[in-house]
Amino acid sequence: MSQQLIASTAKKARALSASEIAEIEHEMTLYPDKKAVGLEALKIVQKHEGWVSDESLLAIAKYLDIPIADLEGVATFFNLVYREQVGKNVILFCDSVSCWIMGCEGIKGHISKQLAIDYGETTADGEFTLIPVPCLGDCDRAPVMMVGPDLHRNLTPDKIDAIISDYKNKQN
Amino acid sequence: MVTNPLTKNIDMSRPPLDIAGYEANAGYESLHAIAKGLSPIDVLQLVKDSGLKGRGGAGFPTGLKWSFVPSGEDAPKQKYLVANADEMEPGTFKDRLLMEGDPHLLIEGMIIAAYTIQASKAYIFLRGEYTVSEQALRKAIKEANEKGYLGKNILGTGFDLDIIMHTSAGRYICGEETALLNALEGKRANPRAKPPFPQVSGLWGKPTIVNNVETICNLPGILTYGVNWYHGLTKGIDHGTKLFGVSGKVKTPGCWELPLGLPIRELIENYAGGMQDGLELRGFLPGGGSTDFLLPEHLDVTLDYEEIAKVGSRLATGTMIVLDDKTCPVGMIGNLMKFFAHESCGYCTPCRDGLPWVDQIFRDFENGQGNEKDLQILHDHVTYLGPGRTFCALAPGATAPLGSGLKHFKEDFENHITQQRCSYRH
Repeated sequence: MSQQLIASTAKKARALSASEIAEIEHEMTLYPDKKAVGLEALKIVQKHEGWVSDESLLAIAKYLDIPIADLEGVATFFNLVYREQVGKNVILFCDSVSCWIMGCEGIKGHISKQLAIDYGETTADGEFTLIPVPCLGDCDRAPVMMVGPDLHRNLTPDKIDAIISDYKNKQN
Repeated sequence: MVTNPLTKNIDMSRPPLDIAGYEANAGYESLHAIAKGLSPIDVLQLVKDSGLKGRGGAGFPTGLKWSFVPSGEDAPKQKYLVANADEMEPGTFKDRLLMEGDPHLLIEGMIIAAYTIQASKAYIFLRGEYTVSEQALRKAIKEANEKGYLGKNILGTGFDLDIIMHTSAGRYICGEETALLNALEGKRANPRAKPPFPQVSGLWGKPTIVNNVETICNLPGILTYGVNWYHGLTKGIDHGTKLFGVSGKVKTPGCWELPLGLPIRELIENYAGGMQDGLELRGFLPGGGSTDFLLPEHLDVTLDYEEIAKVGSRLATGTMIVLDDKTCPVGMIGNLMKFFAHESCGYCTPCRDGLPWVDQIFRDFENGQGNEKDLQILHDHVTYLGPGRTFCALAPGATAPLGSGLKHFKEDFENHITQQRCSYRH
């Protein structure tokens, strides 16, 4: 991934869609200033586009009148703002302490084997991206992971196989 | 009388109660009591008298915290309340239960808290990953609005309140209240210098109270059933009930509402069913990843803030992580160090550079490359990342399992060096 500052590139803001603008405008009614909506706007764009491209980030910075570097600082700070393209389904795999005790490393190995991806990678068909996530707060049912907005608990290799095939079928 | 005010409506086999179901079980009665003439000062006194302490980790008295907010004619017109729902302490899974199981309890508690400090706007700072909580809370807020418990002139009191949902995007440091305020303002979530404290100058420079979800969920019970009832709940020193959790290789991991003051043994052996067959208890972190290890000899210590402090740890979130004799303590601590290194906000040097150094040493131990010098460096970091040496409490939190682990599991660390491998691996 390029480490070049966006402002120093020739990239231009894209046009935000009508629904993106409507959602950002709604958030603006909830906070006393526009800058506060930066993270919400990044999340809105990500919901529509799947990730936050440089062009999207520039568009938000322009729309909310936030310095580009400030918004990029926020975007790169948060774990769940994706600044690279991700697959259709993002797997947030909990690798924190209770899941570790309950054997999450073996489960992660199974996912990596089945999907042929490691952390930070996306499957060749663009279906799944695997990302480690800090403690998901469901420790009595460890190991756990999220796929998109859904939580999956008490993971076993068999369950992983079933989950993967469910999501693949959903796409078709 | 009610003995489980936090979980009395929770049954995870069905969706949470809607507002009608919630009201049928004494829900929102506290607001009617307020409407009949309880002033903000009256409510503040009740909460002070209750002895409620913050349930987010620090255990600071809630009434005292609120009393620092300026009040009266000269106080700023705009004040804020924030519910800290950014649950992310490793091994902590209690606020999720409250929000998914009984969202109206949090809403009612927030109305009480906001009324007391006279805040007309309240934010729920919710962890982005808690998608089920988000849906449950949005529905509860809508129902409370329709019923007139939120909005303008609530129950004719002249008090207005809007509750706004903010979903975060995953950073542990947002649980630190001043970092949370920066995040809500749309900035990087670096902690702020204190003073000024948020109670005086918080969100957008206005007086702000940040309370943990479970703390707020204690309020409806205190107002509805009274301070005497609340004082009758405990089995020990500190007042009220608390959510306690156990995770790790026990027979029945889970989360339960229990009176404060029970022996730790009862939680681990009765509620969590004791260790899985063939395993022995080696130690446990009593209140999440930032607490010091306790040992089997501490099982008869009671679940009270002060009692646990006396043996060198903290009750903190009350969610225990259990270490068994077949799991490597060095690996467990290494996992926590990886977490803290990843979640450092990067603002101050000891934390930003110290934690990754510690993390790397643990990786070396794991890969059979540890040496005596590394062990000394770990000990040094316990000092240099300790309380008072860093900008906020994140790195000192990391030193809790590190320092206590180095002490209690010395032999395991040394074995990693002499054997140049982890002997727990098969």
